[in-house]
Amino acid sequence: MIKQRLIIQKLWFLLLRIAALLNGAALAVIVYFILSRGWRAISWEFLTKAPKDSMTAGGILPCIVGTIALCLVTILVALPIGVASAVYLNEYAAQGKLVRLIRLGINNLAGVPSIVFGLFGLAFFCIVLKMGVSIAAGGLTLGIMTLPVIIGASEEALKSVPNTYREASLAIGATKWQTIRKVVLPVAFPGIITGSILGISRAAGETAPIMYTGAVFFTPELPASILDEVMALPYHIYVLATAGTQIEATRHLQYGTALVLIMLVFGMNLSAIILRAKMRKKLRI
Amino acid sequence: MKRQVIDKGVHSGFLVIALFSITALFWIVVFLFIEGIPILDHVSIKDFIFGKYWYPTDEPADFGIFSLILGSICVTLLSGIMAIPLGIMTAVYLAEIAPPRVAEIVKPIVELMASMPSVVIGFFGMVVVAPFIQQVFDIPVGLNMFNASLMLAFMAIPTICSISEDAIFSVPTALKEASFALGATHFETIVKVIIPASLSGICTAVILGLSRAIGETMVVLMAAGGAAMIPGSIFDPVRPLPASIAAEMAEAPFGGEHYHALFAIGIVLFIFTFMFNLIADYISYKFRQVGEASL
Repeated sequence: MIKQRLIIQKLWFLLLRIAALLNGAALAVIVYFILSRGWRAISWEFLTKAPKDSMTAGGILPCIVGTIALCLVTILVALPIGVASAVYLNEYAAQGKLVRLIRLGINNLAGVPSIVFGLFGLAFFCIVLKMGVSIAAGGLTLGIMTLPVIIGASEEALKSVPNTYREASLAIGATKWQTIRKVVLPVAFPGIITGSILGISRAAGETAPIMYTGAVFFTPELPASILDEVMALPYHIYVLATAGTQIEATRHLQYGTALVLIMLVFGMNLSAIILRAKMRKKLRI
Repeated sequence: MKRQVIDKGVHSGFLVIALFSITALFWIVVFLFIEGIPILDHVSIKDFIFGKYWYPTDEPADFGIFSLILGSICVTLLSGIMAIPLGIMTAVYLAEIAPPRVAEIVKPIVELMASMPSVVIGFFGMVVVAPFIQQVFDIPVGLNMFNASLMLAFMAIPTICSISEDAIFSVPTALKEASFALGATHFETIVKVIIPASLSGICTAVILGLSRAIGETMVVLMAAGGAAMIPGSIFDPVRPLPASIAAEMAEAPFGGEHYHALFAIGIVLFIFTFMFNLIADYISYKFRQVGEASL
């Protein structure tokens, strides 16, 4: 009887293992295809030149620059607001209706579909604020979208600061603000940065929010001001794969661009994951 | 004295910033409605939602989004059928069975899955999966509901898995030990004690995963085929709500009927995800763990 139950257990555990394995396999298959077909497209020229011959040859420099520019604006918007929101929620707020409302807002903001952010950015930043299709409008849109991720990460980092630190600081006569500024935030800093990298990496790969707010089909010049329109890596992949003049002939460029985007995003993620693992070890000691 | 004044000022400053998220959410809703409601001058709510014909550029235009809504729902359900069991099983594996060393490798893999840009997944569905399923199932086009659902499942799994894992992990050890003490095997404990005890968290995970799938744009834009028709089988092309907005916004003249109709689709989409999130929020708040007791 017990033997039979243990056999059932063995079979189920095997199934669970296979399920976990399937995820890894799916990721590996995608990465394999992009890598094996994309690396041939990547050359020095590909990374440092603009596209030419109606985007059937040349490089993707304007897209790389555009994506970085959009990310910078995203950081400038989301990091200060996100960290400050987290500080309020974790350090100041007492549990109550107001906090519950704020959290409800954050949770729902996190659930808003990316294309709806795009619609909002188009209607508000591009049209009402007259920014047009620009780095500023796209970055602001991405910034609002990234906000919940950064708030979540920062809160987690603030929570991991032991209460004894705060009490020690308050006990020697520091005010709450001094305690936060000089004790809590410095200790939480690495955690906040790790979470923010994860948030920004997500913004870097997003297409829908910038389609009509920041990114354009083609622009030969690199952006000179924050009100210029840009090309962006994710949008470039979409354009080449669905609307280019020669979709089949530019396949290698599409794979190459996808590979660059993945390397950018995974690079950020891996550094964040490694940084976090190191921090956890430190905390344990 | 001065220090206290600064302290009070800083406190209110942080409060104001913390209100930013909910303010942003509020303005998103306001703008969706400002730009979306004018479509009701041309079509009634009933015809908009239940109208079967979506020909926004014809003269006169037809603005019925029923096939788009159905497309979204079908794609999401089908991806749920694939992602929910796989996500939860992976979560159980990670939280209960995996040796710590293995878990340390699998968890970053799940995180990398979550960080994979959606446009890359859509691209993969288009150029690799589409020809593949076209061959295997012997169908005329590979860009269809099945393809998009498969890709969406890949995107929903990380959400379902990581939130479920947290829930399973936070089940008090005492419950587990009590079950062992009664002679239950590890597997019986998982099925009869651990999963019921973490059910609210798992439900939240599933709802948030589906919410992510229904709102996802690039995948359904690139891999779903894009035909605004009521699907007859899982190998029919569909045109979910986000795909419509993304594909048509470029050609919709600013301030025209089509433009307003696309914002109205945005409202419908927003209501879907908002409901999902409210339910998830309600479940996790109502059944939140208090001390040792849950359920």
